[in-house]
Amino acid sequence: MSEPLLDVRDLDVFLPTRSGPVHVLDGVSFSVDAARTTGLIGESGSGKTMAAMAIIGLLPAGAVTRGQLWWRSEDLLAVSSRRRRQVRGREIAMIFQDPLASLNPGQTVGRQVTEIPRRDGMGRAELARTATHLLDRVGIPDPAQRTGNYPHQFSGGQRQRAMTALALAGQPQLILADEPTTALDVTVQARILDLLRHLRDTEHTAMLLVSHDLRVMAHVADDLVVMYAGRVCERGPAQAVLREPRHPYTKALVASVPAVRARTAIADPLPGSPADPAHRPAGCAFHPRCPLAVLRCRVERPTVREVAPGRWTACHLAEADGLPDAAEVRP
Amino acid sequence: MNDAGLTVRGLRVSFGGSRGMFGRGGRPAVAAVAGVDLDVAAGEIVAVVGESGSGKTTVARCVVGLVTPDDGTLSYDDVPLGSTRSRPPAIQRAIQMVFQDPRSSLNPRMTAGAIVREAWQAHPAAAPSGDQDAAVRNLLAEVGLDASVAGRRPSALSGGQCQRVSIARALALRPRLLVCDEAVSALDVSVQAQILRLLSDVRRDHGLSMLFISHDLGVVRQIADRVVVMRSGEVVEQAPAEDLFTRPTHPYTRALLDAALDLEGAAS
Amino acid sequence: MTTTSHPVSTSVGHDAATTTPPLPEMRRRSARRVLGWLRFLPHAVIAGYLFLAVVGPLLVDYDPMVTSITDRLLSPGSTTSDGSTAWLGTDGVGRDVLAQIVLGARTSITIAVLTVTVCAVIGIAVGLVAGYVGGWADTVAARLIDVLIAFPGILLAIVIAGLFRPSIAIVVIALSAVGWIGFARVVRGTALSLRERDWVSAARVMAVPRRSILTRHVLPFVAGPVVAMATLEFALVVLAEAGLSFLGIGLPPTAVSWGQTVAAGKEYLEIAWWISTFPGLALALLVVCVGLVGDQLTARYGGKR
Ligand SMILES: Nc1ncnc2c1ncn2[C@@H]1O[C@H](COP(=O)(O)OP(=O)(O)OP(=O)(O)O)[C@@H](O)[C@H]1O
Ligand SMILES: Nc1ncnc2c1ncn2[C@@H]1O[C@H](COP(=O)(O)OP(=O)(O)O)[C@@H](O)[C@H]1O
Ligand code: SF4
Ligand SMILES: [Mg+2]
Ligand SMILES: [Mg+2]
Repeated sequence: MSEPLLDVRDLDVFLPTRSGPVHVLDGVSFSVDAARTTGLIGESGSGKTMAAMAIIGLLPAGAVTRGQLWWRSEDLLAVSSRRRRQVRGREIAMIFQDPLASLNPGQTVGRQVTEIPRRDGMGRAELARTATHLLDRVGIPDPAQRTGNYPHQFSGGQRQRAMTALALAGQPQLILADEPTTALDVTVQARILDLLRHLRDTEHTAMLLVSHDLRVMAHVADDLVVMYAGRVCERGPAQAVLREPRHPYTKALVASVPAVRARTAIADPLPGSPADPAHRPAGCAFHPRCPLAVLRCRVERPTVREVAPGRWTACHLAEADGLPDAAEVRP
Repeated sequence: MNDAGLTVRGLRVSFGGSRGMFGRGGRPAVAAVAGVDLDVAAGEIVAVVGESGSGKTTVARCVVGLVTPDDGTLSYDDVPLGSTRSRPPAIQRAIQMVFQDPRSSLNPRMTAGAIVREAWQAHPAAAPSGDQDAAVRNLLAEVGLDASVAGRRPSALSGGQCQRVSIARALALRPRLLVCDEAVSALDVSVQAQILRLLSDVRRDHGLSMLFISHDLGVVRQIADRVVVMRSGEVVEQAPAEDLFTRPTHPYTRALLDAALDLEGAAS
Repeated sequence: MTTTSHPVSTSVGHDAATTTPPLPEMRRRSARRVLGWLRFLPHAVIAGYLFLAVVGPLLVDYDPMVTSITDRLLSPGSTTSDGSTAWLGTDGVGRDVLAQIVLGARTSITIAVLTVTVCAVIGIAVGLVAGYVGGWADTVAARLIDVLIAFPGILLAIVIAGLFRPSIAIVVIALSAVGWIGFARVVRGTALSLRERDWVSAARVMAVPRRSILTRHVLPFVAGPVVAMATLEFALVVLAEAGLSFLGIGLPPTAVSWGQTVAAGKEYLEIAWWISTFPGLALALLVVCVGLVGDQLTARYGGKR
């Protein structure tokens, strides 16, 4: 494994709400390595989007951030806001969930994808060539023609590709992608995921991919960070995490994914609903739903520890060789 | 009455023959559903799959009477189905629907209890004879909700709990056919499993049949007896679920299955 | 299923860390609190006017028909011939200006409340039918609105009020003639979007009677925009009523109104500024405060004009 490109350490984010500040990210640590795709997974409200927004510096007004965001040799939480804006778009770019909402409907796609080179003073002819090249790189057919189109003339999948082209324009070292395929059909989704994989392999762009879909993760992520109620509960190499989860929550998530190529029974569901960061249970936040929970889990918050090389988990009961059976814990 | 279940023949719906002013400015009509034949036998779960815009929702809305078809016939147990309002009360009760967005399918100003009771106000024949509050509590318990939920508004409930209230509201009328339009798509995976379990329990206990619309082929394989594949408003293939998943015949079905992701065998 | 059955989880406490840390950035509250109270200043002023309109006329003894030559054009604070003080002066025929303002407040507010109520009722009914029922009802309503909107509202009011014997009812009718349109448009837009909401579809699938759908599932959600609309409309009506009575249209001479007082003072502007100025100020303050409250409500409920 290489040096981490981005190292998130003990990140806390508080958001203002009517009933006081809510601790939406609580001591989140993970890293993204160069030329690798790191998947950030968790259920709705677990803080995935907020983590991505904290990294790119676009948290909602009034948010308070603590911790460190090491971007190579500088802490993004400590640098000037001028430097922050410089990083945004050029060194770290973001692809948003809803491409229609984040593309300007009144400007041609070609103009929007070349925003950064234009600001850098690139000439007209060169800009046109760049726009065509960018659209070509993300696999839009007939790119020279399509640069003159407006976003509404693109299909959903093409818009997502255009968003990706826009992110690529600044030649970033890291792309944050928030649910890039959630709004798309399966067939389109498969093609976008191929594109993302292709970018990683040919351009060595690092990526932080946010998704709630484990199947998407299994296909594109190299590393995985699993979040629950604003905390990290497990991280490690994606295939290993999915095959042998070291956290009961990951295990339950994996078990509840229905298979297409084999007939599976409906999974034994976890009880209850996902914890809300505003009412996070004491001790291990997952304990009210955990099939393994013991007394200790209710009072003591588990730290994220390395139980096996590269395998980090926040569970009191996890061991190097896996998790105990429910029967062992509570006979 | 016999128990032929739901029969749909030659269903056609088009949208957008717009009411432009003085007949101008209207777009040409788009055929959302172009000749669909479909059957749901008693006790059967039939899934409809297909890419977005293929007409799945439109078929569902015709079945419950929210959309009036341009052409074709719908019948339930050989009783012809028109708009909801024109159906005999027994048929109105027999076909109920669960919607995709758990939050917006419940009136935010009403409590869960009032939402369930509204069904009985509309159909006194289906109302419990004794204590309605107790009946509400029983119904909520049946969908796995605590009795305290009855006094809460949707904003105080999670997405999964809202979807359970939706299902309770539909069950209040003791329906025979439940139309579920992407009823688990908006839910988190761990909650999705809860609702799927609930739906399959409900089917077992009440002998319900279901028209189950979903774009998630994995979920469909778990719950459906038969699968109908739609594309551009037409049915391209329908087959018993296991046959369809193991021996798809239409190229489009194969393309859908190929594009679907699985956890296993992903390392490529 | 939702309430867990595990023995360990019978009580769920809350993590101290979620609430404790003192956050300096979130403490600068005092400045915001003052601003917060200032937001309610217009509400307080309006409450004052309402009080004045209800109670004031019981306290002042005033008859518009009684004039007094000796008390003509007294400046504010002078003593009148019957020994009382004219705090805001008297007009060209010796009537007390303060008393006219108090009685004028009642006239203004009565007319505004009646007009807004009439407009809201008509507008909600038309908007609901047009938006929810749709079809030809919507087409008819839309055409009617298009036609009415082509007339300048105040001209239409002048024509109507001028054609009939002056009375409060005529003023209300004249001002309502186009006033309901704003309500109809807001309600129609909201109803149109509500019709597509799933809870309305669910009610239709259950064959809930249309009347119940409208009252239970649609009407409660138009209330916010309607209230916002009503405050803005209120301000406009107060102004329009003053305009009509300034022109001497609509209200009988026995009624007391700010517009009439302002008009009566305009001949004396150079020698007795107070006659027109004080009722004008009373009018302006009310309109501005109602407008401010309306803006707050509009921001909250997103009612569009
Ligand atoms: N602007 C905001 N103000 C206050 N709280 C917020 C705000 N945005 C998000 N939150 C809260 O922060 C927490 C994390 O939200 P976030 O959007 O990161 O979730 P997520 O994991 O991306 O979920 P999803 O899968 O639904 O997108 C949630 O509890 C959410 O309610
Ligand atoms: N109310 C409507 N007005 C106009 N077009 C509609 C309406 N509802 C659906 N359509 C169109 O009909 C087609 C089928 O839609 P739908 O049945 O919702 O598909 P699905 O549920 O399979 O995604 C789409 O092209 C859609 O845009
Ligand atoms: S710490 Fe305890 S409650 Fe938390 S995941 Fe591990 S076993 Fe479950
Ligand atoms: Mg998100
Ligand atoms: Mg649909």
